[in-house]
Amino acid sequence: MKPAEYYQRDRTLHPPALTPDYKTTTARSPRYSLISLQNSVSEITGPVFGHNDIDPLDNDLVRNYAKDADPVGERIILHGRVLDENARPVPNTLVEIWQANASGRYRHKKDTYLGALDPNFGGCGRTLTDENGYYFFRTIKPGAYPWRNWDNSWRPAHIHVSVFGAAFVQRLITQLYFEGDPLIPHCPIVKTIPDPEAIEQLIARLDLNATVPLDSIAYKFDIVLRGRRSTLFENRLEGN
Amino acid sequence: MPQKLDYLRETASQTAGPYVHIGLAPGAAGFDIYRQELGQDIAGPNAGGERIRVEGLVIDGMGSPVKDVLLEVWQANAEGHYAHPEGGGPVEDGFRGWGRVITDFETGEWGFDTVKPGAVMGRNGRMMAPHLNLWIVSRGINIGLNTRMYFSDEEQANAADPVISLIEWERRRATLIGKRSDRDGIPVYRFDIRLQGDDETVFFDI
Repeated sequence: MKPAEYYQRDRTLHPPALTPDYKTTTARSPRYSLISLQNSVSEITGPVFGHNDIDPLDNDLVRNYAKDADPVGERIILHGRVLDENARPVPNTLVEIWQANASGRYRHKKDTYLGALDPNFGGCGRTLTDENGYYFFRTIKPGAYPWRNWDNSWRPAHIHVSVFGAAFVQRLITQLYFEGDPLIPHCPIVKTIPDPEAIEQLIARLDLNATVPLDSIAYKFDIVLRGRRSTLFENRLEGN
Repeated sequence: MPQKLDYLRETASQTAGPYVHIGLAPGAAGFDIYRQELGQDIAGPNAGGERIRVEGLVIDGMGSPVKDVLLEVWQANAEGHYAHPEGGGPVEDGFRGWGRVITDFETGEWGFDTVKPGAVMGRNGRMMAPHLNLWIVSRGINIGLNTRMYFSDEEQANAADPVISLIEWERRRATLIGKRSDRDGIPVYRFDIRLQGDDETVFFDI
């Protein structure tokens, strides 16, 4: 493929930097506008990962930190595809996730919530998408947890997701939520997103067809990264 | 109704939150789970060019260091090639050009060792001065912030750089320059990133 640019990011569907109801943003949001750059080779390239970088068990959070038993909680399979805005699969891309355990407690030295740690649960996983952009993890459904924003703020159950894509412009970190969770509409972090449809797109859907009977419930979560322009006429990117 | 455009819409960003380390740097979160953490070695042993260190702070609108940042760097090798099929040319075995670091939980300092990148061909045949592409995420940052670090000892190249010169306010251009000093014979570039307020760093929509 000849070098081509990526579609401009639609920032009306992403959260703006300053969202005062999510209090930490007030001191961490730039006051000046972003400066828009047309893509150069610095933006249309990005790191490439391979199977030497990770291990097969890295996508199994039920087993990858288990010491003497399986972790406690609802066993789930999380699966889906990474696609671009043109609905083309994004193959061989690194997907990393992290999450709290069933109590809503993170295995992090800075987390002091009284929800109990699970000795058999670490809470992180990673995998590469296959040639069809497909990925899957096995994990425990995370619990909701409190956080110091307002006095009584609770995060909905969520899993953090990091994806690379093929270019640095596609780099994305987001959070997935679970269908039917009543905390979703109350969360100031969810509500940093101004576009209701963009919020819906972060809600993983119960997927009974992918459920393993008598074993694990499945949720489906597709991830869409920025799409790439076809070069119909002159390609200004190359430019020399 | 006109025809429907059948593009998908990009998944919306959310903050990486306070515990980003669990997923992306679990060793720093205090537990050992993976055979290897990614992003520790940017240049590899075979990379040509000058070995350098880059370090700094991320500073919030109150002037306080942000102590839970995760920062990623993407850079060319000394020849100006990226380790990517469209990266402009070959790179040395083991040169990845990508790194991931976190800030010290107590001080907020971050730093990494790499090689100084070469100039990279930009748009319309204009060379871009050597630079590092940086991306930062943390609690309170809703969507990752992109910036670039240029090098204080590349004044001439910086003056001709098409991205720097896109910044209308000349005073703001200085926020993108890492300042060189030497420590025990190793060049160290200091690059403090100011999220907000006086001398706010320039951030890009790439």
